[in-house]
Amino acid sequence: MVHFTAEEKAIITSLWAKVNVEETGGEALGRLLVVYPWTQRFFDNFGNLSSASAIMGNPKVKAHGKKVLSSLGEAVTHMDDLKDAFAHLSELHCDRLHVDPENFRLLGNVLVIVLAHHFGREFTPQVQAAWKKLMSAVAIALGHKYH
Amino acid sequence: MVHLTAEEKSSVTSLWGKMNVDEAGGEALGRLLVVYPWTQRFFDNFGNLSSSSAIMGNPKVKAHGKKVLTSFGDAIKNMDNLKGAFAKLSELHCDKLHVDPENFRLLGNVLVIILATHFGKDFTPEVQVAWQKLVSGVAIALAHKYH
Repeated sequence: MVHFTAEEKAIITSLWAKVNVEETGGEALGRLLVVYPWTQRFFDNFGNLSSASAIMGNPKVKAHGKKVLSSLGEAVTHMDDLKDAFAHLSELHCDRLHVDPENFRLLGNVLVIVLAHHFGREFTPQVQAAWKKLMSAVAIALGHKYH
Repeated sequence: MVHLTAEEKSSVTSLWGKMNVDEAGGEALGRLLVVYPWTQRFFDNFGNLSSSSAIMGNPKVKAHGKKVLTSFGDAIKNMDNLKGAFAKLSELHCDKLHVDPENFRLLGNVLVIILATHFGKDFTPEVQVAWQKLVSGVAIALAHKYH
């Protein structure tokens, strides 16, 4: 199990409080679909994904991105218990959605990049390290119920 | 071989033109050592790497970071022939330095994050795609001579 120090938790929580979940969610999912185009296969019914601007402006991408990032908010409030917090979502992604767990790592990477992009200089090396740890741990938790 | 479109090459070159390679190099190597602490094993003789601020302020880290990123500049001038451009460095990293090629991908990720923190609005999804493609291409080229 990934263990977070008190300092890492404080860093994560403090940045999270400043995140606009709706915008950031849309941007993270959008960038995933742009930068790793094969991920678009999970979103057949999202309409126009034919270019970077179509993807970034697509209302279904924004809405789903917001949903995904809100659920990440659960991670921030359950850092000591990520496997349980994500148990249902893990089963869902395995049994129904059939998503390769590698994609959780990709989304985690994209989210770190989006946070870096938004927060600029505030996104210090320590902040980067703490968030990278959280993203890795969430990816592990989401992969945990796979069989 | 990774292929960048004319537009992607121009995104890469234009952002590179605005970079302070000295500073960015030190920052990239520093963040690698902070966020992925096991990478410190390659830099035993660098002195104080005991904390994030020690690492980021360490003059050997800055100097070596500058050297690494300057060599990245070669990638930018040889985007159609990364394997050729990095052949010698690939042999060096395999035969003398014994660096696991996974570390090239980690450093590439860190570089993308730094670009995101520095360039804000300029770091659009399309620019991110171009740079992620380039850093993957460099990582592949650096691993190419491994045996």
